[in-house]
Amino acid sequence: MKISEQDVAYVAGLARLSLTPEELKTMTGKMDAMLGYVDKLNELDTDAIVPTAHAVPMANAFRGDQVIPSSGSAAALANAPQGTDGCFQVPRVIE
Amino acid sequence: MNTRYETVIGLEVHVQLTTATKIFCGCSTAFGQAPNSQTCPVCLGLPGALPVLNREVVNAAIKAGLATNCRIAPYSIFARKNYFYPDLPKGYQISQFELPICEHGWLDIGGEEFAAKRVGITRIHMEEDAGKLLHGSSAGSLVDLNRACTPLLEVVSEPDMRSAAEAIAYLKQLHQIVVYLGVCDGNMEEGSFRCDANVSVRPVGQVELGTRAELKNLNSFRFIKQAIDFEVERQIELIEDGGKVIQETRLFDPDAGVTRSMRGKEQAHDYRYFPDPDLLPLEVSDVWIDEVRAALPELPGQKRQRYEEALGLPAYDAAVLAAERPVAEYFDALVVLHKNPKLCSNWVMGEVLGAVKENDVAIVDCPVTPTLLAGILKRIEDNTISGKMAKTVFTTIWQSGKSADEVIAEKGLKQVSDSGALDAIIDEVIAANPTEVAEYQGGKDKLMGFFVGQVMKASKGKANPGLVNQLLKERLSA
Repeated sequence: MKISEQDVAYVAGLARLSLTPEELKTMTGKMDAMLGYVDKLNELDTDAIVPTAHAVPMANAFRGDQVIPSSGSAAALANAPQGTDGCFQVPRVIE
Repeated sequence: MNTRYETVIGLEVHVQLTTATKIFCGCSTAFGQAPNSQTCPVCLGLPGALPVLNREVVNAAIKAGLATNCRIAPYSIFARKNYFYPDLPKGYQISQFELPICEHGWLDIGGEEFAAKRVGITRIHMEEDAGKLLHGSSAGSLVDLNRACTPLLEVVSEPDMRSAAEAIAYLKQLHQIVVYLGVCDGNMEEGSFRCDANVSVRPVGQVELGTRAELKNLNSFRFIKQAIDFEVERQIELIEDGGKVIQETRLFDPDAGVTRSMRGKEQAHDYRYFPDPDLLPLEVSDVWIDEVRAALPELPGQKRQRYEEALGLPAYDAAVLAAERPVAEYFDALVVLHKNPKLCSNWVMGEVLGAVKENDVAIVDCPVTPTLLAGILKRIEDNTISGKMAKTVFTTIWQSGKSADEVIAEKGLKQVSDSGALDAIIDEVIAANPTEVAEYQGGKDKLMGFFVGQVMKASKGKANPGLVNQLLKERLSA
């Protein structure tokens, strides 16, 4: 598998990262090396192996449907750069 | 409507669950609280906070799956759906992608405007809701995360519907089922039951599907119909004019009755789903499924069928009585006490539903309980009171809570079925109306109604109308 600069630019766009042309070049080399390593796995025959969904061999961790007191809006907004009327304020988004 | 085209509709419904708490944390799901008052590190998406699955959400999903004929997966997993939006604090929504909890279901729909058919249900999966964005007068947008992490079921249908009428029939049935199950309050205005419609058209006979538009903001059955009808016309016109439908999300504007393209969301979605490492896989045993199945209520379709086949009610009655669970339960309780299903049905659909609507009370709080109503029906059938008089008794019981027999005795409403007593009244009526008697005997049969009315009036409504009719006929034809 060969990673192109286009691939990296696309993924960077999805992650809202802006890369300089030099960064794009460096990242492309690094990602290609990483994925090249993962590519080694393709040498194994995994047809009969069930995909691993979780690293821990366990299932079914539940909680009951019991209300636990919330932290409240003051705590929620404590670290917000901007807040108005108990709400987080963000740059205007129009649907 | 252009008949050279066929409409194809698939529906995605988001069902908000009625659990007390959110899907992955213990915050309350109560509606209408102060902004961000029902939040904690988990639903705010703070670093290090770990989600833990609410078992009741799984129960609700199994119930919905069984009620829609789905296969319940013995093994399912949660996935992260990645995208950025200010109402999504973590930068991903926890949902299910590969291995959802329910698959391969169906619902049978029927209606006056189309032939009965089966609509496939591709899948039902569990996921968390996003927060709410408010675009007020301030410069920015405001974010309330009370709704973030609220549990949803997403029910995805196959593209099996061919008209707005079919889509509405499917949605109404699904709505009825989730409300019957008690997993959803069904309130469409508050967004508890939200629908997106994938709509495309294709020339009749073409096998492959046309390009679809996804319609959003459909928060009533009426809007869904309007939006689909508009969209079908739009796509057909576009194609007829040599244009091409593009795959896009379109918002319904209820004021203008049109759908509009949502600009800015045109880039293809690339959600990069992957299994959420914060959540363990979910295993649902056969024992668990059997437990849920055993506790399922009788569903609306089953009730309709029983009302028609076992109780012999007309299809119309069955549909009205089964539409809402509290109404059906009232009727079920009544028909056990008074074994004349059609009389019971008439009274529930007529007096009971009319009175609860007029007085704006829930049928479970109806002061005339099934037991009290059964008392009235018994006295109609044994001819103690007329059907008309029974309505007065019903109103009196509504106000006083007394039994039918008490009201009949107190108000002296007992019907006069003694022919001796009635003969006297009939004599008076005949003596007082010689002209009408002559006309009747001259062949004006319609006057029978007049005589019955006079006798009923003279008896203050207490005469048995059937008997009055019979006696009058005998006397006047003599």
